[in-house]
Amino acid sequence: MELQPQAIQRFRKSLSGKIGLGLTIALVLLALLAPLLRPYNLAADQSYVTRLIAPSAAHPFGTDGLGRDLLTLVWYGIRTSLLISLVSVGFGTGIGLVLGLMAGYFRGWLDTIVGWLTDILLAFPSILLAIVIVTVTSPSLQSVIIAVGIVQIPIYIRLTRSVVLSLREQEFVQAAKALGATPFWIIWRHILPASLSPLVVQATLSIGTATLEAAGLGFLGLGAQPPTPELGTMLADAFKGGYALSAPWTTIFPGLVITLIVLAFNLLGDGLRDGLDPRS
Amino acid sequence: MGQYILKRLLGLVPVLLGITLAVFLLLRFIPGDPAIVLAGERATPDQIAALREQLGLNKPLLFQYFAFLGNLLKLNFGNSLISGIPVIDEIRTRWTATFELAIAAMLIAITIGIPAGVMAAVRKNRWLDQVLMAGSLLGVSIPVYWLGLLLVYLFAVTLNWLPPSGRIGIESGLNFQPITGFYVLDSLLRLNLPVFSDVVSHLVLPALTLSTIPFAIVARITRSAMLDVLNQDYIRTAKAKGVPDRLVIFRHALKNALLPINTTIGLQFGTLLGGAILTETIFSWSGIGSWIYDGILARDYPVVQGGVVFIAVVFVVINLLVDLSYAWVDPRIQYR
Repeated sequence: MELQPQAIQRFRKSLSGKIGLGLTIALVLLALLAPLLRPYNLAADQSYVTRLIAPSAAHPFGTDGLGRDLLTLVWYGIRTSLLISLVSVGFGTGIGLVLGLMAGYFRGWLDTIVGWLTDILLAFPSILLAIVIVTVTSPSLQSVIIAVGIVQIPIYIRLTRSVVLSLREQEFVQAAKALGATPFWIIWRHILPASLSPLVVQATLSIGTATLEAAGLGFLGLGAQPPTPELGTMLADAFKGGYALSAPWTTIFPGLVITLIVLAFNLLGDGLRDGLDPRS
Repeated sequence: MGQYILKRLLGLVPVLLGITLAVFLLLRFIPGDPAIVLAGERATPDQIAALREQLGLNKPLLFQYFAFLGNLLKLNFGNSLISGIPVIDEIRTRWTATFELAIAAMLIAITIGIPAGVMAAVRKNRWLDQVLMAGSLLGVSIPVYWLGLLLVYLFAVTLNWLPPSGRIGIESGLNFQPITGFYVLDSLLRLNLPVFSDVVSHLVLPALTLSTIPFAIVARITRSAMLDVLNQDYIRTAKAKGVPDRLVIFRHALKNALLPINTTIGLQFGTLLGGAILTETIFSWSGIGSWIYDGILARDYPVVQGGVVFIAVVFVVINLLVDLSYAWVDPRIQYR
């Protein structure tokens, strides 16, 4: 990846990139510092006396249907959300990258099989595929990560493969081949570095999508299970508990935070695209 | 062209086989004995044994897959474990609800998205462009299930303008005979205005909710396609000749920018069918999506299996039609 001064300069010119970077750093810091700034035992805190209290000084975001402080829940929910989306995008990118590199470089039967797998994965609307995978593996934090990750794989296979196809015929690759470099060396030294820029942009944008999908699974009752605080599950609790409309703060704050996370990564992705991939 | 269509149709076969294989294998991964899962908790050992025989679970896996495939080809998706109704009958009555919702959402997305994209392109980098693009960014960032709840809170609970859920009011539902299953169309065909307004009022909030993502994407694609076209020589020529701006934008530019926009709309329509699961659940919309969701909660595997295969197949077919129409509209594309 060419991290030239021009790329950094272009990124700094991008307003959305700067806002996105600021928001992302703030969210990651909030997530990391949660146990320090707001130590809390989520499993222990339940009280019917403090059930569904409107936002006040003691509970700035109000309380939920089990009498838990919503600010704390949402705060820890950011941790869960970021954990799921970062790990699942890492997982999807990793597998997609390897398959895409091999399919694009070696072509032949490998390319055919990988292409077939990609077509099948893309034949399911992503949220539906994720739902089926979680249903089969039974809902948990791990299965959400795997489901959201698998859904990302075909995107990275296609992206990497197309970059590799455009690179493998270039002169510097031909020259390396003529000098007797092994395929592994060529991929590792020449093709991989050149394909990283579009991947980084796509991965950043994918974190937003992954956050939405993970919270969507939570909303359907298929997300991380209690007592793990999960933003989509909070919305589901309010919706199914019948207090989403009578106690609107139970839906407003978790939803707002999901939107903020997705927005942060989408803005950052836009900025990175301006910086790293100015042609698009 | 005929050869191209044939080739694409043949290319569909391995993908469809893959879809069915994936769904088949996934349901075999369910922990425990599928016969016990399928027969339900209260089944007797005899019933389970009978079901195992009936499902061919004592036969080799490959044999089971071909049996499953054979049943699919005969449109035999099995029966719901809860209601006992054949899955295919449920699909027949429900698909129109999902399509009606998706079509309405798409119409909203197009009527707002294309003009928004055109205006953003014409006013590139001015405040209008920035506001519109910020709006479209928000559109892809808001969780639809949350937006749905907010809209219900605002328009149904607080303002009481629109119904919060369902497809048709109780009173209208009692004396209304659907013809096609598309309620808006049916109420028009029956010339029943009260039912028409009732059905439309039920459709507004879910369609608006479902339309945010396609709106955002259509607006963005329209903007970039318009910018590509507006930079071309013939546009400059038209402007130099003194053609009025409005005419240049709509007749010369937009017409040529429509090709990528069309493709996006087609591809988004397929995605809408999947996204409908969440929207239908919030609005108790009696389509395929909310039905699959209920199936998941009840562990009603034949329903999940049938619903998922149905949506995936429709999705693939729509994407193929989009590709074919693309080749048909743009004569520069070579059919290889």
